[in-house]
Amino acid sequence: MYYEDKVTVFTVLKVIFLLLVVAVTLYPFIYMLSVSLSKNIYVMRNEVKLFPKGFNLKMYKIVFRDPRISIAYLNTILYTTVGTAISLSTTAAAAYALSKDDKLLFHGFFSVMIIITMFFGGGMIPTYLTVRKLGLYNTMWAVVLPSAISAWNLLVMKSFFINFPKEIEESGTIDGLNDLGVFWYLVLPLSKAVLASIGLFYAVGIWNSFFGPFIYLKDPDKYPLQVILRNIVLAGANIDLEAASAAGDDLVVEDSLKFATIIVSVVPIIAVYPFLQKYFVKGVMIGSIKG
Amino acid sequence: METNISTLQSDTSIAKKKKSFKKKFNDSKYLLLLIAPCFVYYILFHYLPMWGILISFKDFSPFKGFFASPWVGLKHYRAFLTNPNSWRLIRNTFLLSLYSLLWGFPAPILFALVLNEVRNLRFKKVVQTVSYMPHFISTVVVVGMINMFLSPSTGIVNVFLESLGFEKVNFMLDPKYFRSIYVISGIWQSMGWNAIIYIAALSNIDQQLYEAAAIDGANKFKRIIHITIPCIAPTIIITFLLRTGSLLSVGFEKAFLMQTPATYSTSDVLSTYVYRQGLISGNFSYASAVGMFNSVVNLAFLILSNFLARQFSEISLW
Repeated sequence: MYYEDKVTVFTVLKVIFLLLVVAVTLYPFIYMLSVSLSKNIYVMRNEVKLFPKGFNLKMYKIVFRDPRISIAYLNTILYTTVGTAISLSTTAAAAYALSKDDKLLFHGFFSVMIIITMFFGGGMIPTYLTVRKLGLYNTMWAVVLPSAISAWNLLVMKSFFINFPKEIEESGTIDGLNDLGVFWYLVLPLSKAVLASIGLFYAVGIWNSFFGPFIYLKDPDKYPLQVILRNIVLAGANIDLEAASAAGDDLVVEDSLKFATIIVSVVPIIAVYPFLQKYFVKGVMIGSIKG
Repeated sequence: METNISTLQSDTSIAKKKKSFKKKFNDSKYLLLLIAPCFVYYILFHYLPMWGILISFKDFSPFKGFFASPWVGLKHYRAFLTNPNSWRLIRNTFLLSLYSLLWGFPAPILFALVLNEVRNLRFKKVVQTVSYMPHFISTVVVVGMINMFLSPSTGIVNVFLESLGFEKVNFMLDPKYFRSIYVISGIWQSMGWNAIIYIAALSNIDQQLYEAAAIDGANKFKRIIHITIPCIAPTIIITFLLRTGSLLSVGFEKAFLMQTPATYSTSDVLSTYVYRQGLISGNFSYASAVGMFNSVVNLAFLILSNFLARQFSEISLW
């Protein structure tokens, strides 16, 4: 980029604009964190604006002692682990097969079959009835299977495998490996980066998913975090009061508790997403231009 | 005679094809094995539901089952299209995505343009990383935050308004604020993420153009207007046209989590109506018909916008 070395009004304006963007993005989280870490009395007087006042971890103790939240946390971890494993393995296998467009029989048929679903689907009700008919209702499989494969991720991965060096695959074939062997012993070990990024996209998706578990799960002890979070923060279900009084305080500010619950649920995501960054651009570009 | 010869020829060609098919199958059997789970997945969770749309032409009852339920033709479609309340749903859905498009579309472009002018790479990287973050936050959390910040009793926005001497506003229960809250929070959540494609397009601009323009005496604004904007114009046009393809699709989650019966006059959209009719009231056939209507209109919008994209540029979805 060609630059001049003098500070102009424009330079000042652009820095202010960008700092404003950063502040508006981060402030809600800083505020929630500060309120959840502050003493109740300051929260009730609306004195917490930026930094915590009367720092303490009481709210987090209450949150972790609430059995619904801890069970939901474990459920979310279980669904995310199992779901990511299923999604990633089926996506990678199919993407590899689709990347061999001269060799795979019915290649055109498979491609069209997948692409159609990007533009048209059965919709909410027929999908719901299908999931019930398949006997998945109120099981973990209803959470992880109906959205297991994303056509978008499949196409990103396929375009990665298309660019995989042919010489390596040929060397495997000469050594007597069939397609499965080449895929398993040669291609996968050299594709760790793309596997990690697509896997993390799937994991974030399952961690954040609300609608599937909301309509397909009946037993509260199967609920993942997002459903519990909605019940506590939006639908006004109360946090376990026994747990609250066990923390040695009869005065519990509801807002602080809700904020603490939110923070607990977003920390893993915020910790993980910066590592995905370098793959964003590639994925978005492939997805938006090649379709 | 002629027909005999041609049948003979086609016979041999079929034999040839058969042979090559067998060989081809043998060649790709392991690949077929790899794609099999994916195939099963698409059949079970995408094509069975598409087949299930047929219940919108039936009077489906879970007790009778799919096959025993009687056919009723277009009854449910007619019921929806002649219902005076349907217009409100279509209008709400359309306006919500139209406003999201009008306000939400320029924001990432502006952000990308400004970011592109930053020369300190470290600062640029930090701003970019921060701007992506809300995209990864779940809808439940975002709506939860909106609700709490706008709460009439303890919400920070109302506390602030009160300190300025204004009256407290119950934002979430007033239909006239629903669309603004939806659109603004949408921009907050997706501006950084949607800017990626423009940032990528901006980084592909030939730097010699800027140097040449600077030598010719063009100042910064002139360079932006005459070089930067024309260079990313194709990206802008294509993104815009593709966004217009989804003008009647408002996702279920956010609208559902944000709405209360008090705000239905602006917040009730097709997807939340389908949910209530189908899964709450059990009118499966009617709800499927409404969903199908929505999908077909979406598809029509998408085909139209793709057609326009083709007219404007080389890039299109198909």
